[in-house]
Amino acid sequence: MKLEANLISGRTAYQGAYLEAKTHKEYFDACSYCELNSGDLVKLGVSEGDYLLVTTEFGDVSLFAKANDGNPDGLAFIPMGPWANAVLSPDTHGCGMPGFKGVPAQIEQTGEAPLEMKALMRRYYE
Amino acid sequence: MAVITDAICSLCGSLCDDITVTVEDNVITDVERACILGRNKFVGMFLHDRIESPMIRKNGELVDVSYEEAIDEAAKILVNSKRTLSYGWCSTSCEAISKAIQLAEETGSLIDSTANVCHGPSALAVQEKGGPSATLGVVKNRADVMIFWGCNPAHAHPRHMRRYSSFSKGFFTQKGRKDRKMIVIDVRKTDTAKIADQYVEIDQGSDYLLVTALRSAINGHEDVIPDTVAGVSKEDILKLANTLKEAKFTCVFYGMGVTQSRSKYKNGDGVSSLISDLNQHSKAVMIGMRGHYNVTGYGQVSTWETGYPMAVDFTRGAPYYNPGETGANDVLTRGDVDAAIISAADAGAHFPQDSLKYLAKIPVIQIDPYANPTTELSDVVFPAAVVGVEAEGTAYRMDGISLRMKKLIDTKFKTDEEIVVDLINKVRELKRGA
Repeated sequence: MKLEANLISGRTAYQGAYLEAKTHKEYFDACSYCELNSGDLVKLGVSEGDYLLVTTEFGDVSLFAKANDGNPDGLAFIPMGPWANAVLSPDTHGCGMPGFKGVPAQIEQTGEAPLEMKALMRRYYE
Repeated sequence: MAVITDAICSLCGSLCDDITVTVEDNVITDVERACILGRNKFVGMFLHDRIESPMIRKNGELVDVSYEEAIDEAAKILVNSKRTLSYGWCSTSCEAISKAIQLAEETGSLIDSTANVCHGPSALAVQEKGGPSATLGVVKNRADVMIFWGCNPAHAHPRHMRRYSSFSKGFFTQKGRKDRKMIVIDVRKTDTAKIADQYVEIDQGSDYLLVTALRSAINGHEDVIPDTVAGVSKEDILKLANTLKEAKFTCVFYGMGVTQSRSKYKNGDGVSSLISDLNQHSKAVMIGMRGHYNVTGYGQVSTWETGYPMAVDFTRGAPYYNPGETGANDVLTRGDVDAAIISAADAGAHFPQDSLKYLAKIPVIQIDPYANPTTELSDVVFPAAVVGVEAEGTAYRMDGISLRMKKLIDTKFKTDEEIVVDLINKVRELKRGA
């Protein structure tokens, strides 16, 4: 089962709290998840903490599943950071700003655990 | 033990200036009144992954080198580059920003700030339509209606609502929260939305539609509004418009939901027009919720030094500005620069993948107190003092008020400003010898 979702990113207090500790596990925990509402998680057959593969036309990334019932159906949220940026849009639409919100994404369950920060960054040398 | 009062928190654009810091043996052991972000900034810094020595990448690995060797290597990169991207400079002092702009001019670089991935579109909107604004003090004392549009201060600026907005008590708002109507417009029910008097949920990417409908209602053109706009019923739009018209003083705080969603700078342009319309009926202002503590200062310094607030290209010898062409992500995704210097910001964490793939191909110089994703892409790394903790300097709050940050503890590290001055001198020396 794949969920067609609209992906946005943004700040959270925990992402902000570990902004200057990006090599630490706390930052990894604060940024390497994808939030959907519980109904969408049920549709995908996953529980919180399971792994999700988020794919867009710009890339893919594995993330932990997290529930947030403040999200409307089909809206996925990833905290700003290296994991979100693996799949967000680089298109600046003629005004300089990349597409950090409103990127069409496909979300499905995966067996791949999220990469820690340094491993994720090493992908850019490949 | 020293207790320092009225210290400024150099984390987010709220620049809280009422922090009490306890210092024992040059270590901050306690901090009062800071939020979770500020607390981790002050007390957490002794636990974080500090860059301890200058480093150069050799055979794929960053290895410790002397400061002089790193300055030599970085200056060579800058002098040999046809067009360098200089990026960041928003978690540092205005004094360092001024020197960074001087280095960019000296090396014919393109220099951009974190506004490129934050409120850059707001600057474009202000240039198109103006930015009717006020200080947070005026808002605290006068605003009886507050809209938080596409922003989530409960997470991003945790003390904002208590110090300056929803919960603050001012001269004409002595009952604090009871004297104010708090409205949140967002695409998901955030923690800020949960404590609002009214939450307006809109379809993601349709902010411009809602602004336009609100303007139609306020300007007496209800007839052109369809039954539903942006997922909001016409009835709710008319009610919201009426609330704004009847307010004594409205402040629209707006964030990334406005600047990063579809229509980008046109959304801010729309909000500015809405504020002008409202000022025909009552008093209204708009304030961008700035992220990095001195991104506002970057805009100020860059404007007085070059005439433009960001995305300034010195390649032609004189400042040239055209976001969309000269933004940091524009040039990286096009492959239009051949080196980069990144300081007081983390492109590695906050730029999309195409930009990072290109950064991995070109020489990158980093100046930062802490190891972060940018370090993973860097070839020359300078450790720096933490400005606002280990070095004093000037920063601008999100409402354009300048504040002087104190030095709280001593450090062995050079400041961003000192490192940039050393780079300027070395670049000039190399250019003279060439």
